[in-house]
Amino acid sequence: MVPFRSGSVETLQINVGRRCNLSCRHCHTGAGPKLRESMSRTLLDRCLAIAGTGSITTIDITGGAPEMNEHLEWFLDRAALLGKRLMVRSNLVILLEKEYGHLMDVFSRNRVELVVSLPHWKKEQCDRQRGEGSFDKIIAGLRLLNRRGWGEPGSGLVIDIAHNPVGAYLPGPQKALERGYRERLMADHAVRFNRLYCLTNCPTGRFRDYLTASDNYDEYLKNLELAFNPAAARGAMCRTTLSVGWDGRLYDCDFNQWLRLPVNHGAPDRIELFDEAKLQGREIVTGDHCYACTAGQGSSCTGAAV
Amino acid sequence: MAHNYYNSDDLKDFPHIGEFAQDQGKAFFDYYGSATAGGTLSEREKSLIALTVAHTEHCPYCIDAYTTRCLSLGITSDEMMEAVHVGASIVAGAVLAHSTQMRKIIRKVEMQP
Repeated sequence: MVPFRSGSVETLQINVGRRCNLSCRHCHTGAGPKLRESMSRTLLDRCLAIAGTGSITTIDITGGAPEMNEHLEWFLDRAALLGKRLMVRSNLVILLEKEYGHLMDVFSRNRVELVVSLPHWKKEQCDRQRGEGSFDKIIAGLRLLNRRGWGEPGSGLVIDIAHNPVGAYLPGPQKALERGYRERLMADHAVRFNRLYCLTNCPTGRFRDYLTASDNYDEYLKNLELAFNPAAARGAMCRTTLSVGWDGRLYDCDFNQWLRLPVNHGAPDRIELFDEAKLQGREIVTGDHCYACTAGQGSSCTGAAV
Repeated sequence: MAHNYYNSDDLKDFPHIGEFAQDQGKAFFDYYGSATAGGTLSEREKSLIALTVAHTEHCPYCIDAYTTRCLSLGITSDEMMEAVHVGASIVAGAVLAHSTQMRKIIRKVEMQP
């Protein structure tokens, strides 16, 4: 596997901005309300042109809070016409704000798959990571979406949950956690969802600050390295994903964005220079943080890799 | 020179306990793997049992391993502490149950009023 190379670009993951209404303690990007970086309509238009071509099957929108990009509705209405799998990563809390509530209709009419961050089925654990009061708002958002048909089998309205550990440890088996989430969310809040994705916290950004401040950084990295799983590395998301930064720069993954490690080794590093032939088989830029995706069952933006 | 019999780094040596006895080591890990995997009881239930036994057996390695295992499965600190109290109460009960022997001897050999 050395050098570590990508395959074809199947997922175009677009980070539409670093602005966020929350400041979660596990955030690998350090996104927050004070940041203003946001992808322009020109660049979004370029992403649309690329997403409609070649081997790309999935358009995955992330941030920050993607809802805070003023062009999101315009973008989704056009992206949906491409007939690809269309995903938006939402904290849901923002959809309860008056200014953004209409986006539920936008997501619904475009059959967007929503990936909602919820680190635990208990309020205390969730609020510890995502901020005081976040759990109640996420549950309210989930119930609102459920009432509109989201999470109902056969409705075509998919709502998945992203789980991150609330601390310096690795996530447990995805199936076991999904069972726990399903039982507790239904019993305690009458909430249903489609799938659970387990994500290992990446030791970058605000999560790295937490690890350092709590004297857990060295131990956490050691544990990630000890848990290295070659099968997870073979299925790592960077092998089939191209990540686009808010400013149009290209990366192998969203973590590399935060570390300012654009695609390298001769591959075109801006969306304006996109060339699938040159990006396919590119050597991926790696670092110690990559152990987060290759530990144990593996971790990707769509959960366990093995 | 500071020296501890128990070193947390030694937990990482656990996969190598088959050294010098490969067949028995493999047999143990096969058994360990199947006994602790989810079955009729869930991974969560088995991890709480393992955490409780780790405490009653005073094994710092197992306490370390199963505390993080429980956290990774979404088990809360309240739930873990409840499980530890189950272990503590059973151990206390076992100690007190043995007082039957003591009380029997007392009644037999001590001059009664």
